[in-house]
Amino acid sequence: MAYMTDRKRVTGLGSAKTGTEHHWTMTVTSVALLILTPFFLGIVGGLLGQPHAEVVASLSRPIPALIVAAYLVVGMHHMRLGMQVLIEDYIRGLGRKIGLIATTILCYGLAAGGVVALAQIAL
Amino acid sequence: MVELALPKNSRIRTGKTWPKPEGATNLRKFQIYRWNPDDGENPRVDTYWVDMDTCGPMILDALIKIKNEIDPTLTFRRSCREGICGSCAMNIDGINTLACIYGMDEVKGDVKIYPLPHMPVVKDLIPDLTHFYAQHESIMPWLETKTSSPEHEWRQSVEDREKLDGLYECVMCACCSTSCPSYWWNGDRYLGPAALLHAYRWIIDSRDEATGERLDDLEDPFKLYRCHTIMNCAKTCPKGLNPAKAISEIKKMMVERRL
Repeated sequence: MAYMTDRKRVTGLGSAKTGTEHHWTMTVTSVALLILTPFFLGIVGGLLGQPHAEVVASLSRPIPALIVAAYLVVGMHHMRLGMQVLIEDYIRGLGRKIGLIATTILCYGLAAGGVVALAQIAL
Repeated sequence: MVELALPKNSRIRTGKTWPKPEGATNLRKFQIYRWNPDDGENPRVDTYWVDMDTCGPMILDALIKIKNEIDPTLTFRRSCREGICGSCAMNIDGINTLACIYGMDEVKGDVKIYPLPHMPVVKDLIPDLTHFYAQHESIMPWLETKTSSPEHEWRQSVEDREKLDGLYECVMCACCSTSCPSYWWNGDRYLGPAALLHAYRWIIDSRDEATGERLDDLEDPFKLYRCHTIMNCAKTCPKGLNPAKAISEIKKMMVERRL
């Protein structure tokens, strides 16, 4: 039990003076994904079941490669921000910190892996 | 981790069924949460039968009738009986609302009454709102000025006064905050819809000179940005207000001052 006033409990460590950057980045990446997703689905969906040579030829063209790369990077960044919110909502203490580190590694790892894979196909 | 089940000593058991009033033909069944901190027992749900022919039309009328005529130990807050004091906020038929302005005819079947969710209970239908009030106090719910006070009142145009409509009517009943999942999980740090609606009421007030400081204080991933626009607050508000909109307006102002 801690002898603490109610006001002291509410004040806690004070305002972190952050959060708007996260909110704005989520908004911007949402808009970007709204634009990119139909193109990404059009490109990748159209390649499903196609011969290897055709897939390579398609992803070697600059515009499809650019859209797929942008989708991977923006999508994974958006996913990291979204998972951060989930972790902050539901996990506390050390688990929260570990969760945030793990999700950062996972999301940026997936983005980097995807871009490298795309580069290997395209180049 | 977030707790998804109630602790053992909070699990609700079936309580006492009180006898039906003699000679009554138009009966309605009420199931009401009971908990007494002094008896060491778990919470229970008691069943009461109320004669509708001799009862007023609102849920609070039935509660008062039960307390007066059946069980004087039933404990709840009430005062104005017209939706202006916010005292009788409780969970009725699964909705946080004010018992005094919630009609009996709005509930289908048995009337189930619980205290506001996810708050410590003082007794029966009375939640402990200490933290909720401290959060309200933390947003400085008063006019902050730096200019010397004018000889008469601080003047405000009709247009600027109209910006406070939909905000000033809040009676701090806590229905919105206690309906918000974000407030359930992180109520210790998230200010909740009620406090944030009041914060916006002062941010948008043309006479207030502490807009920047108010926004500074709110710029925090937990104080403000736990709001995920779930909208339970707007759905449940017994005064028909929209705290979620007020919160989104604060977020827009936060972005506005950075771009």
